[in-house]
Amino acid sequence: MNNSVRNTARLTWAALRALLVLTVVTGVIYPLAVWAVAQTAFHNQANGDQVTVNGKVVGSSLLGQNFNLPLRKGQTTPAPDPKWFQPRPSVAGSGGYDPTASGASNLGPTNPKLAQTIEQRRAQVAVFNGVSLSAVPVDAVTASGSGLDPDISPQYAQIQVDRVAKARHLPVAEVDKLVQEHTNGREFGILGEPTVNVLKLNIALQKLAG
Amino acid sequence: MPIAAGAVGSMSPICADVLQVTALIVALALVYRPFGDYMAAVFASPKHLRVERWIYKAIGADPDAQMRWTAYLRGVLAFSAVSVLFLYLLQRVQNHLPGSLGFSAVSPAQAFNTAMSFVTNTNWQSYSGETTMGHVVQTGGLAVQNFVSAAVGIAVAIALVRGFARSRTGDLGNFWADLVRCVVRILLPGSFIAAIVLVACGAIQDFGTWHHLTTLAGDQQAMPVGGVASQEAIKEFGTNGGGYFNANSAHPFENPNAFTNFFEIFLILVIPFSLTRTFGTMVGSVKQGYAILAAMGIIWLIFVIFMSWSEFAHPGAALHAAGGAMEGKEQRFGVGSSSLFATSTTLTSTGAVNSFHSSFSAFGGGIALLGIMLGEIAPGGTGSGLYGMLIMAIIAVFIAGLMVGHTPEYLDKKIGSREIKFAASYILITPALVLIFTAIAMALPTPIHSAANPGPHGFSEVLYAYTSAANNNGSAFAGLNANTDWFNTTIGICMALGRFLPMVFVLALAGSLAEQQPVPATAGTLRTEKPLFAGLLVGTVLIVTALTFFPALALGPLAEGLS
Repeated sequence: MNNSVRNTARLTWAALRALLVLTVVTGVIYPLAVWAVAQTAFHNQANGDQVTVNGKVVGSSLLGQNFNLPLRKGQTTPAPDPKWFQPRPSVAGSGGYDPTASGASNLGPTNPKLAQTIEQRRAQVAVFNGVSLSAVPVDAVTASGSGLDPDISPQYAQIQVDRVAKARHLPVAEVDKLVQEHTNGREFGILGEPTVNVLKLNIALQKLAG
Repeated sequence: MPIAAGAVGSMSPICADVLQVTALIVALALVYRPFGDYMAAVFASPKHLRVERWIYKAIGADPDAQMRWTAYLRGVLAFSAVSVLFLYLLQRVQNHLPGSLGFSAVSPAQAFNTAMSFVTNTNWQSYSGETTMGHVVQTGGLAVQNFVSAAVGIAVAIALVRGFARSRTGDLGNFWADLVRCVVRILLPGSFIAAIVLVACGAIQDFGTWHHLTTLAGDQQAMPVGGVASQEAIKEFGTNGGGYFNANSAHPFENPNAFTNFFEIFLILVIPFSLTRTFGTMVGSVKQGYAILAAMGIIWLIFVIFMSWSEFAHPGAALHAAGGAMEGKEQRFGVGSSSLFATSTTLTSTGAVNSFHSSFSAFGGGIALLGIMLGEIAPGGTGSGLYGMLIMAIIAVFIAGLMVGHTPEYLDKKIGSREIKFAASYILITPALVLIFTAIAMALPTPIHSAANPGPHGFSEVLYAYTSAANNNGSAFAGLNANTDWFNTTIGICMALGRFLPMVFVLALAGSLAEQQPVPATAGTLRTEKPLFAGLLVGTVLIVTALTFFPALALGPLAEGLS
């Protein structure tokens, strides 16, 4: 009895020391080594690829953001600003695109609430951009997984061109060219789907508008 | 690496997906032999590295002392128990720790759940990373368990393989040596390289405080920080799956583009698949490893095909209204890369997600659930996948033996009543946990209030939670609000029993096999290195799982999919 208690105590002590020494190796040395290399060799990426306009950081190219009009009296949700390309719907935080609350809707494929929300989004996007209901692509009516999706599909960018050009009094061809320049194909031609980064496109748009 | 749209032409998403799956198989095939053999050499080598000697000294363990199965098990349990306690306390005192980013101490029930979760390699998360865990708990607590829980799984698998490879001895190796070698020679170097690749592609590694900025349109936005790249690497490589952020690998800071997504899927699969080579090498017949690999690979591929097919077809009223299954999916991944990730994460014990399974088509979500119900064996978690599949191989050999009236043998070891009892006990544990806990949760009035969706989908959320916990997966139908005392506690218990009870039987089996005399193969011996056996093994896995879980699946995803 005494012996087995002593053995258990010895084993537990060994286990604790093993955990502590492995914590130093994998929980202190390893992440700091990665940090040192990352901050030296890949400083930009390691800090979230921050994008600056006129010397001021306006966001991360990897995190989506809202492009809404200021909230007016009596409104509960702000309206999208027609002067900007709009991102996908987001359920991160109450207003969307809140990095302190990343996540998805988790609504099921047969949930009537989801079907209804999607129909509403489709109608809203179609009216806002002056296109037919069937022209609205799937990414424009579905909330992303992270709620921070920085990208939209080239199709969704395309249906926004006329509206943005009109709101900014720019020639449609120039805005269209901007979208083409900001369209990325699949990685290595086969991985993922084509994307348009909304923040980068809007920064270029702002420059174009002067 | 952006490519101009014109250069890719108009390849269909399905065509691109087929090419992506092919590229993944080629990548895994290329490293299979060298990496599998390397791992075998790690565990067979008589030499200790200097840093390892230093660690053994700190532990006070003799790495050359052989352990019988009981001693090996005591090592596993003692180390895991201390880990649970340490991780629990770390979370409970978070408010006093430096680098806590102002977060308070984690509540007792949630801290218990999280400690169990990370020590059992499950990485179920009832918390949201960006608002709960500071630098020290993430990096010094959770990420540490990502390493050591993976190493414990591999160590137990290696002990079982030694049971097959050795004769007339009870010795299964030394737990401390296997644990330390696995961390130092396999997981650390692999993760370091992977972390650098991830950070080069955009994953962050920043130990500062949150950045607050004004967006282009004039809003306020907070930008998170953390040792994300270093944690993401071992999260996938050790089949852990616990996201740094709530959105897990859907978060652009964890998984910035379609290439990192491909790379992360590769990391998830590389150890579990390559361990079959390690196994073949250690038992002296690489063909035996190929048979196990074939069974794992066939199941994985079948599941990938069904999952992708269901997601591209997007049945279900809401998905139909949207015109595609993109709810809960990221644009840079699309349907194909999300389906591939979902299948790989549920067929291993990873549970990381790059898209949210709850919003998948009913059959797609059902396939994810069924993948976990197989017991994480195709290819399964680091180590746990191999020992789980070897247990199924013993069951398959036994069934074949019954058919021909021949005493079953596997790898020159007799599969007698003792061995079958251990194997049968093993395969009963997780189904019992899943079905009993789900039944109790459904019978009680309150737990179902946590479900976010009505009808069969709500039941699926609860079933998925206990399936994920008992099989140590960690993914979720995340509509379920699991941060209640009931779910935190029962899921915590489920994870512990689902991890350690099977290990008891695996190690007991290993001890029993190692003591045997090898039996010479005769004309009646089932040739377990042949394609016929791989086919039998696939059949056994599917039939055992289907028989166990069909009624539960019929109430959840099948009812929803057919409605």
